[in-house]
Amino acid sequence: MKKLLQAFVPILIVSIVLLFVISSLNSSQGYSSKNKLTIYNWGDYIDADLIKQFEKEAGITVVYETFDSNEAMMTKIEQGGTAYDIAVPSEYMIDKMIQEDLLLPLDHKKLSNLNNIDERFMDLPFDPKNKYSIPYFWGTVGIVYNSKMLGDIEITSWSDLWDPRLKNEILLVDGAREVMGMGLNSLGYSLNDLNHDHLNEAKKKLDSLMPNVKAIVGDESRMLLENEEASIGLVWSGVASEIMAENEDLEFVVPKEGSNLWFDNMVIPKTAKNVEAAHQFIDFMLDAEVAAQNTEYVSYATPNKEALNYLPEEIVNDERFYPAPDLTERLEVYENLGKKNLAYYNELFLRFKMHTK
Amino acid sequence: MKSKLSRNLYAIPYALWILIFVVAPIVLVLYYSFFDIEGNLSLTNYINFFTPVYLKMTLSSFWYAFLITAFTLLISYPTAFLLTKTKNKQLWLLLIIVPSWINLLLKAYAFLGIFGTYGTANSLLEVLGIGSKQILFTDFSFIFVSVYIFIPFMILPIFNALDEMSPTLLDAANDLGASAWTTFRRVIFPLTLDGVRSGCQVVFIPALSLFMLTRLISGNRVITLGTAIEQQFLVTQDWGMGSTIAVFLIIIMFVFVALTGSRKRGM
Amino acid sequence: MYNFESFTLDWYRELFSDTRLLIIVLNTVVVALLSALISTIIGVLGAIAIKSVKGRRSKNTLLSLNSVLIVSPDVIIGASFLILFTMAGVKLGFYSVLLSHIAFSVPIVVLMVLPKLMEMSPTLLDAAYDLGASRWNVLTKVIIPYITPGIFAGFFMALTYSLDDFAVTFFVTGNGFSTLSVEIYSLARRGVSLNINALSTLIFIATIFLVIGYYFITKQYSKSGMGGKK
Repeated sequence: MKKLLQAFVPILIVSIVLLFVISSLNSSQGYSSKNKLTIYNWGDYIDADLIKQFEKEAGITVVYETFDSNEAMMTKIEQGGTAYDIAVPSEYMIDKMIQEDLLLPLDHKKLSNLNNIDERFMDLPFDPKNKYSIPYFWGTVGIVYNSKMLGDIEITSWSDLWDPRLKNEILLVDGAREVMGMGLNSLGYSLNDLNHDHLNEAKKKLDSLMPNVKAIVGDESRMLLENEEASIGLVWSGVASEIMAENEDLEFVVPKEGSNLWFDNMVIPKTAKNVEAAHQFIDFMLDAEVAAQNTEYVSYATPNKEALNYLPEEIVNDERFYPAPDLTERLEVYENLGKKNLAYYNELFLRFKMHTK
Repeated sequence: MKSKLSRNLYAIPYALWILIFVVAPIVLVLYYSFFDIEGNLSLTNYINFFTPVYLKMTLSSFWYAFLITAFTLLISYPTAFLLTKTKNKQLWLLLIIVPSWINLLLKAYAFLGIFGTYGTANSLLEVLGIGSKQILFTDFSFIFVSVYIFIPFMILPIFNALDEMSPTLLDAANDLGASAWTTFRRVIFPLTLDGVRSGCQVVFIPALSLFMLTRLISGNRVITLGTAIEQQFLVTQDWGMGSTIAVFLIIIMFVFVALTGSRKRGM
Repeated sequence: MYNFESFTLDWYRELFSDTRLLIIVLNTVVVALLSALISTIIGVLGAIAIKSVKGRRSKNTLLSLNSVLIVSPDVIIGASFLILFTMAGVKLGFYSVLLSHIAFSVPIVVLMVLPKLMEMSPTLLDAAYDLGASRWNVLTKVIIPYITPGIFAGFFMALTYSLDDFAVTFFVTGNGFSTLSVEIYSLARRGVSLNINALSTLIFIATIFLVIGYYFITKQYSKSGMGGKK
């Protein structure tokens, strides 16, 4: 008993002392203040200096919280108990959140910099007239390949991946929409196809790709590709631009059959406590110079056409990451397929994965 | 004579815990499992579970959990035994536990480096003249890393059981002419059975629902019930099906506990 | 990971200037210590209660209920706790995270303490009662000292559970409260940066030193060291 007390009482004391330290740190940072703005975003998806700049200009304290998947984020907002003023979901999730009535409409009059956004990225089917969301970053899904490891094999399309010489070389992402979409695209079908025959055909086609698949991975694919663990990977364009900066043998291509065009947009969820500050923040992020600085930090493609003037030429003119308008024509945005169809996609994907053995 | 109630006062926190954090979630999970993806009351999820996909998954979860438990035991028992013989045994024990406090994701990333084509493991194989092999995304790497992660959980209870054993018992066995093997089989092992049982439970049960490592280390070449639940909740957002799989997971666990439950001793 | 150019201490310098990260680290430590402590107490009492239950079937039922949270994947635990907390009106943040960590650490403590309790001979307790010891005395003078190694084992495993948890914490946190695990996982989409690795290394080394220091200090005071039985 004495020994237990000797061990546990100090632990208790240490914990209590630490609690005091935390609360004094919190108040020194202004986190306990009234006028604060809570942002719910992907990890490391904003230049932290910009948050400081916004806090200084607006006199508002920013609390920055992070999530790692759209669905998890939605669950949190749906259940309530939190006070997120801004969230940054992807486009299909915005559609879903609008349907579930989880978002507040935006007041466009308070967004003086809204004209900075390229019209191409406004008024898209998932959010007509941008009533609920403002584009934050955008990109595509494509193939990263290592030109040094592949030698003279060239990759320009999805069908190139079925080349028997690529045995055990491909890293897929663990996402039903992405992988099934690749199968659908390679057959000339739409990414949002609901025809079960088409979907089953795509799944069959994917099964025949299996010998070439090394693994089905998540975010760690960036590290695996960078370290030349595999020579080909299915990735989002943002990931591609980052790892290409680390390994110069890597190339990125948006397959010519077509692919996915994605958006991460800023929204104000129903849980918001400080709607005024949320508008202020969105407008701040729309500012051309701010957006340019953020783009340089995050290295994804910005929808802010004015920001392009502040970015280095070689970024803006890189067709791989800022595809020309005629190229984006071939790209499709994911539609919210509804739960039942999404479940069918997932079931096929699960069966595809189970065949791996 | 005190009343029964006041005698059992001490059990109240635990009973409350079971009620709030075990029974209530089970009820929730059961409730959700009867709703199909469109929110209608139905048994679809249960019918779905009895399709080859999920049955195969259940079997493979079982098989991998069994392998992981077996290898963990195989490594932990001798280690725990050696530990009890060292001088600063508690310190060594702590040094085995502390690495388990590093975040799993960071450890997994480290293993991706070690087992990679140009990683430490393959350099070693090169030096030994075996030549480099694909280690990552194989059953071997999956089981290796899982075993590594579960070892502390197995060592602790076994260590505690061994440490408690009085050396006079062993001397007595020796004096009676028992061979080392007989001593182990007849004296040491039976006395540590409770520890081994407890260790197997804390390894096997969570191993049934491993999910992170199935993707990180085995590249989704191993799919367990845990992975499927994760997908249903976080990708399909089909809480009904996810809950149904969880119901079966809980049933499997109940059976396992009943099978490994204590028999006579200490009742 | 292996094509680094040179060693640098920049990551470490960056760390110390980051108050937000410092708060997150301290949060993580406090939640881990407190939840391990409280769950150890609840778990020990629970193990004693389970032992006192007569009949094999009810004992196994209790043990099974005990293990439900160990077998359930984190998302399920997280989601159902989130539903419970919002239903009960608990504000998400420090307390909801602490409560959840206590909740999922209790079963591991029970499983660590139980074998020690089981091997305790019933005659020992009878003897103590015969000698006129009160229940409290039996608990503190006989039972607890006997199962101390199990209690420490439970405490350390509870720490492990708490420090490693991501999914449950993610669901039940809110209002600015975050732990290191949540931070690390949410970084994965953009690649785990080197300063998180630097931070983990730092924490790891500090913990090792703390543990060794603590071990030798306690050894000086009481010759048998921590976790010893006498």
